[in-house]
Amino acid sequence: MTTITSSSTVVRSYRSRRFSWGKLFVHLTLGLIGLACVIPMLLVISVSLSEEKQLALRGYSLLPVGFSTFAYTYILRQPGQILQAYGVTLGVTIAGTLAGLLLCSLLGYALSRKDYRFRGVLSFYVFFTLLFNGGVVPFYVLMTRYLGLKDNILALILPYLVTSWYVLILRTSFSQLPSELLDAARIDGAGEWRIFFQMVLPLSKPVLATIGLFFILRFWNDWFLALLFINVPQLYPLQYLLYVLMANINFLASNPQTTGVPIPTQSARMAMAVLAFGPALFSFLLLQKYFVRGITIGGLKG
Amino acid sequence: MATTSQSAVLRPPTTKKRAGWLGSQRDFQSTVTFTLMALPGVIMLLVFAYLPMIGLVIAFKNYKFEQGMLGSAWVGLDNFRFLFGTDQAWRITRNTLLMNSLFITTGTIVSLGIALLMNEIYTSAMSKFYQTMLFFPHFISWVIVSYFVFGFLGGEGGLVNKMLISLSLEPIAWYRSPQYWPAVLTAANLWNGMGFGSIVYLAGILGIDPTYFEAAKIDGASKWQQIRYITLPLLLPLVIILVLLGIGRIFNADFGLFYFVPRNNPQLYSTTDVIDTFVYRSLVQLGDIGMAAAAGFYQSVVGFLLVVLANWTVRRVNSDYSLF
Repeated sequence: MTTITSSSTVVRSYRSRRFSWGKLFVHLTLGLIGLACVIPMLLVISVSLSEEKQLALRGYSLLPVGFSTFAYTYILRQPGQILQAYGVTLGVTIAGTLAGLLLCSLLGYALSRKDYRFRGVLSFYVFFTLLFNGGVVPFYVLMTRYLGLKDNILALILPYLVTSWYVLILRTSFSQLPSELLDAARIDGAGEWRIFFQMVLPLSKPVLATIGLFFILRFWNDWFLALLFINVPQLYPLQYLLYVLMANINFLASNPQTTGVPIPTQSARMAMAVLAFGPALFSFLLLQKYFVRGITIGGLKG
Repeated sequence: MATTSQSAVLRPPTTKKRAGWLGSQRDFQSTVTFTLMALPGVIMLLVFAYLPMIGLVIAFKNYKFEQGMLGSAWVGLDNFRFLFGTDQAWRITRNTLLMNSLFITTGTIVSLGIALLMNEIYTSAMSKFYQTMLFFPHFISWVIVSYFVFGFLGGEGGLVNKMLISLSLEPIAWYRSPQYWPAVLTAANLWNGMGFGSIVYLAGILGIDPTYFEAAKIDGASKWQQIRYITLPLLLPLVIILVLLGIGRIFNADFGLFYFVPRNNPQLYSTTDVIDTFVYRSLVQLGDIGMAAAAGFYQSVVGFLLVVLANWTVRRVNSDYSLF
């Protein structure tokens, strides 16, 4: 999007400086909508920084009522459960993203090669899974009864590794690499594996960044697999812990060191939410542009 | 140009058919290599996508964990008879279709509106800022959205009830009043999706040939006339296609939205229970695998037919946008 804007900026910036009621209206409307998008987050942050007693008296508000960081100190006093959930989520995200990128790009590369004999068949094999799926029940039975992945950390990683949509995006992107370059490498005696790892991947950094970001968000924000397959608290990922806490904040207080202290129920709950989306927010601000690009390449035909 | 033709000459015989013994040896080798590359991914899809398709037969069985998928007894259509014998089947079908229709309609109108506004100021420094704010909700999981919604509607101190009281109106017990939830869920869905949708439409608008607008300006067309007679008509195919693709997925609800945001509250089921939440609840919480499998089968098959139908329609509108 930036490339499109920059070319015309020079011409238009002079004109857009002029005041007009129409422009003011547009800015006001977009500003209000934008505000509506971030206000829920501000509310949650504000509640997490409020005093528990004041919350009970005066309710939630967009500015902290009686500023206090007690909710955070309460949670972090006994951080075992949260750190563990962070660890699970972080491990799953890193392992899943790397393995997923590798498997998807290997498959995508094979499908992008016009001289690959099974290209057509396998492309359909990948594509068909976008149209039809067995749904949750057979998936659940397969994972628990046949693969024995209940309460196994692999259950949080394996099902998402090969995502057809990402494979097709990568295939399209790889097929647009200049074939002269790859041919030249072949003439110089490089094998297909070497071409893939030393030429194709380095040349495809932008699309790999985009798909990598898709993977990161998918693993970081996932609760679904935990909801189905994880029952032991040691394997709770962050989002699932958060869900459990929504239903039952006392889960935090189940360790002996914190009993006796009254739980700041409301603010602690919101503080947990802040601790969970903080890193996601940060990576969002950092990597937003890759995501925007992902939307546009996502529109390519499969 | 010269370089391309030269490299076509230099290209190794792999691309030529029947290039002799050496060539076909090469072909064979590269086929093996590419197959090895594809294999891990192919196996993963086989296990996690294709085996569950076969597993759909569970819907016609009295599934017992110990007997497994193949060992369990066939029961014909019993599970379906049971499912459609209750009024739940109707309720979840209605909720899924109605809520998704609401989402498609509101999502399209709002995203389109935002894209039009964005387009008016997209050279201004502020536009990046607005885009960031609008896009932010897309990065937030439904679990966290459920906290956000709770902050507004929640029991003891929710912001909305506080405002109602300050306007001397009666506070509302949101989590016990199913009639408000179609609106709440629509708002949550819009909040989550409008940034994404507006970027898709904005990209469509930016793709329109600027000379149309320049010519219109010279002819004295107002901003509104330009939108009415240039932008919207040229954007129409994209809108139709996105709506049709939405309709193709209308049988699949966003599980996280319908499960977490109403907090899986039985008092709200009359408006918030959709096929996906029903399947999950039957499967994991009630352990009624037969019922869950029947509902899942129903969803998979109808969903598949709708996708194919929607795609067929899209292809008739504009084959560039069809999925296949």
